[in-house]
Amino acid sequence: MNDDEHSTPDPNDQHGSVYDGLLGTDTSQWAFGTDFEDPLAGVDTTVPDDLDAGELATYCLALGDDALVMSHRLSEWCSNAPDLEEDIALANIALDLLGQARLLLARAAAADPALVPALPQGSPVPVEDALAFFREAIDFHNVRLVELPNGDFAHTVARLLLFSTVRLAAFEKLATHRDPVLAAIAAKGVKELAYHRDYAGRWFLTLAQGTEESRRRLLAGLTDVWPLHDELIRAYDAGPDVDVILDQVFAVSAVERPEVGSMTGRGHTEALSRLLAEMQVVARAHPEGLW
Amino acid sequence: MSEQEWPLYEVFVRGKRGLNHVHVGSLHAADDEMALRHARDVYTRRNEGVSIWVVKAADITASSPDEKDPLFAPAGDKVYRHPTFYTIPDDVPHM
Repeated sequence: MNDDEHSTPDPNDQHGSVYDGLLGTDTSQWAFGTDFEDPLAGVDTTVPDDLDAGELATYCLALGDDALVMSHRLSEWCSNAPDLEEDIALANIALDLLGQARLLLARAAAADPALVPALPQGSPVPVEDALAFFREAIDFHNVRLVELPNGDFAHTVARLLLFSTVRLAAFEKLATHRDPVLAAIAAKGVKELAYHRDYAGRWFLTLAQGTEESRRRLLAGLTDVWPLHDELIRAYDAGPDVDVILDQVFAVSAVERPEVGSMTGRGHTEALSRLLAEMQVVARAHPEGLW
Repeated sequence: MSEQEWPLYEVFVRGKRGLNHVHVGSLHAADDEMALRHARDVYTRRNEGVSIWVVKAADITASSPDEKDPLFAPAGDKVYRHPTFYTIPDDVPHM
């Protein structure tokens, strides 16, 4: 075997991406996908004068942290989902949210550079990675709903339904935000979240009306996440339209709103620290690493 | 709990520059709608598609390899069925 033929492609190769050769000059080949879009193409990235940069930064940080932590929980399903197809579907959703997190954390850093943790001089770690991997749990602004440990698949479906319904409603409004970058991020996110809500809603109905066992698990999952519904609604300043949509899903699934109280108190649960320990350990071991 | 497998579906995707749907693979799903969404998740992740068809594999009637000769061999020597006696202008695409 000739080792040269099987060496790992060097991403820094002067000749560009390892995928360049696949297409050659024949653009009629479509199988590898083309026409990728930069969501911020043509958007003015200066923070508008009439906006409070600190407020914008905190807001983007909270939205970014929700996406980051939810993405991590979903990514924990990799190789563990009930089916290969669901495995890929959950990973797709996780990657959508990771993309939102990246853009939002970068925007938070641009609006208020003081938020970004200090790294060794000359570290090549980008600001959004510094925010994701070098902050302590206490500095995260995510809602507690996204940090709860994973349960079974039905638990994930119930959490994703609440999260994507509320976040989609908020992003639809944010698409006209006065900050053009946040507006562009939201406009991109709306299409992604619409699919996430559709995915979660269909599975919610399927599990609720499936077997006795699937219904039992769905109701258990819903009961577990419901105490954090109030905090989610408040964080996203979601209006009654969210409740209408949730009630529609519940009605068609013949599920009652759980009669459990809201989880009180503030601050994160212990689950976030454990999640971050796993998510951040490699980056923290190499603060000057280039990925 | 029964471990019954979901039915198999065949997936066809039309690409942005493609003129017709092309078979890209197969997957398992409980019903047609789920198959469509699984196809979106499994086969259009790299920005390939603009349209998806799914069809139950069991609903496809396929020719048998045993019939290869009677089905296809008779066309093997009839070159006159190709319009090879025309010159195709360079600006006619997709020929």
